[in-house]
Amino acid sequence: MTPLAGCLLVSSMLFAIGLAGALTRRNTILVLVGIELMLNAANLNFVAFWRYGPHSGAPTGMIFVLFSIGVAAAEAAVGLALILAVYRHTKTTDLSQLIGRRP
Amino acid sequence: MLDQIFVSLKYWLLGYAPAAIEPAVSILLTILPILLVFPILFALTTVLERKGLGRIQNRYGPNRVGFCGILQPMADGLKSLTKEDIVPAAADRTVHFLAPLVLLAVAFLPYAVLPIGRNMVVTNLDTGVLFFFAIGAISELSVFMAGWSSRNKYSLLGAMRAVAQMISYEVPLLLSSIAVIMAAGSLSTVEIVEKQAGFTGIFPHWYVLTPWGFVGFILFMIAATAETNRSPFDLPEGESEIIAGYYIEYSGFKFALFFLGEYLGMFAISGLGITLFLGGWSAPLPFLTWVPSWIWFFSKLLGLIIGFIWVRGTLPRLRMDQLMNFAWKFMLPMALVVVVSAGAWRFLPQGVTRWLVSIVFLALAYLLLARGVETRNKIAKRTYRFAE
Amino acid sequence: MRLMSAPFLILAAVTLVGACAAMMFRGLVHCALALAIAFAGIGALYLNLGAQFLGLAQLLVYVGAIAVLIVFVILLTRGADSEPLSPAARPVAGIVVATAIFVILAWAIIHSGAIHSSGQPAPQTTIRQLGGALMDGYVLPLEVIGLMLTAALIGAVIVAMKENGR
Repeated sequence: MTPLAGCLLVSSMLFAIGLAGALTRRNTILVLVGIELMLNAANLNFVAFWRYGPHSGAPTGMIFVLFSIGVAAAEAAVGLALILAVYRHTKTTDLSQLIGRRP
Repeated sequence: MLDQIFVSLKYWLLGYAPAAIEPAVSILLTILPILLVFPILFALTTVLERKGLGRIQNRYGPNRVGFCGILQPMADGLKSLTKEDIVPAAADRTVHFLAPLVLLAVAFLPYAVLPIGRNMVVTNLDTGVLFFFAIGAISELSVFMAGWSSRNKYSLLGAMRAVAQMISYEVPLLLSSIAVIMAAGSLSTVEIVEKQAGFTGIFPHWYVLTPWGFVGFILFMIAATAETNRSPFDLPEGESEIIAGYYIEYSGFKFALFFLGEYLGMFAISGLGITLFLGGWSAPLPFLTWVPSWIWFFSKLLGLIIGFIWVRGTLPRLRMDQLMNFAWKFMLPMALVVVVSAGAWRFLPQGVTRWLVSIVFLALAYLLLARGVETRNKIAKRTYRFAE
Repeated sequence: MRLMSAPFLILAAVTLVGACAAMMFRGLVHCALALAIAFAGIGALYLNLGAQFLGLAQLLVYVGAIAVLIVFVILLTRGADSEPLSPAARPVAGIVVATAIFVILAWAIIHSGAIHSSGQPAPQTTIRQLGGALMDGYVLPLEVIGLMLTAALIGAVIVAMKENGR
């Protein structure tokens, strides 16, 4: 069990937890939380390969993760703004009431 | 030499440690001064603040407990340790308990990157300034935890206001430090201080003595006052406003921990301001370099603390919308102009040209922003019917 | 075959417990605080792997901004009431899918060449090199992400603004 394999296992476990949460929870905000966890798991993967994988000293892994953090922040902001707007119209954040709802 | 007395003391003590645990003893010896000095400074500041505010308000401060009230912190400490620790029945006990602990942990961490003297820094991180700001951003969560776990609507309101204020003022804080980072070429606090340690003639190379550094320092200190919820930005915790905001439901020792955390945050951010703009531990004049470096750092820190106390006693509190307008509509554009001006300073040749260009940028931005904002809500001049 | 070091195991445990708690707690604010712990754990893992700038940027952006944003939205949508754990339809399906994906990934990792790779010294990427790379080879993504963040900022403000006259 090398450190690289350990990091990859942790990141896949994190991904699975995020996926389980995003698929099972009923509140929209918690679905977004699950998505953020999945993004973080992928970033951890990148950093693990940058550190332990074959590399030529290029900072490519780090830079990818930097941009990924930026994009995830923007996406969280827009997603949460959407949740707020939907809440203002429908007074609920419960997915089972929002799916198939007639506007 | 007196300058390196603490460093020599540490290595002498380290000589007595057995080789097996030497790294652990070294770490302990490096951290211990911070854990001792800054809480003592906190105790001194509480008494200084109360007496200073009292004198500004034309009254004596506390003067019963020692000679001129100097033992007042002992009395305060004894009081907060022996008060009953009340937790509301509806409060969330775990989060209520954890909030002051998180605040305290997060308040002590930033001291690790402040260079207190020559060769006297806990750790010389490559990304020291970023470490400082990352830890400062975590303290917002602890404020929110304190406010929400009390299940009290005033406490929650105070917490939301405090977090909104802290987030808004983080941006000018970061932008004014980016100007310094650009000029110094490094994120490491030790290198930033070393770049400011030289002299040209009689003037030191401190960044506060450049046009963009001066404006940047003022912006940094205003944002620091807002980040640590000090007057005039203490709407979330003012006693006459929202009955102490997010720490209403804390009594006894936990309240003392919050108080300690807040003052430690104030010292840390003043320390960063000194490191970035005022030259850290370097002396102001070339013939004063015989004074030890750590004495310079603490004198500058004391000067900034007196400045904080002075501003608290003088200016009235800002309202929430005034506060937010100030941050987003004045300080953010001004901080961006400071960054541009710092860039112009760096690339123009030395001489009158770069002073003129920098000053013109900053003056233009200030006139457009400050005068532009002021003329929007003209308040009618008050006329008195019976008093003429 | 080198065993994994104790700091890594402790940090991984904290992160995974935080993530599980974030997905399993009843109260929404508790979920958000557990998520903040998970983010801090991931930041600490980055620092453990030697990516200084990334770990601190993760702490600054995720814990300092995104976790606070999630907490604000929870409070603004009155989510303080606790909700049942799973929808009325099939909760088991989600958990089965996630477990299947984890099993497949773990099998792929364990049977791949990753387990036999040799320990290499950490790449010494300083801040200066990172900044140079951002300004030199990756300047186009940098400008595009600046534009995208501006668009996201303006878009989020417009979407969440209160409409007048309703």
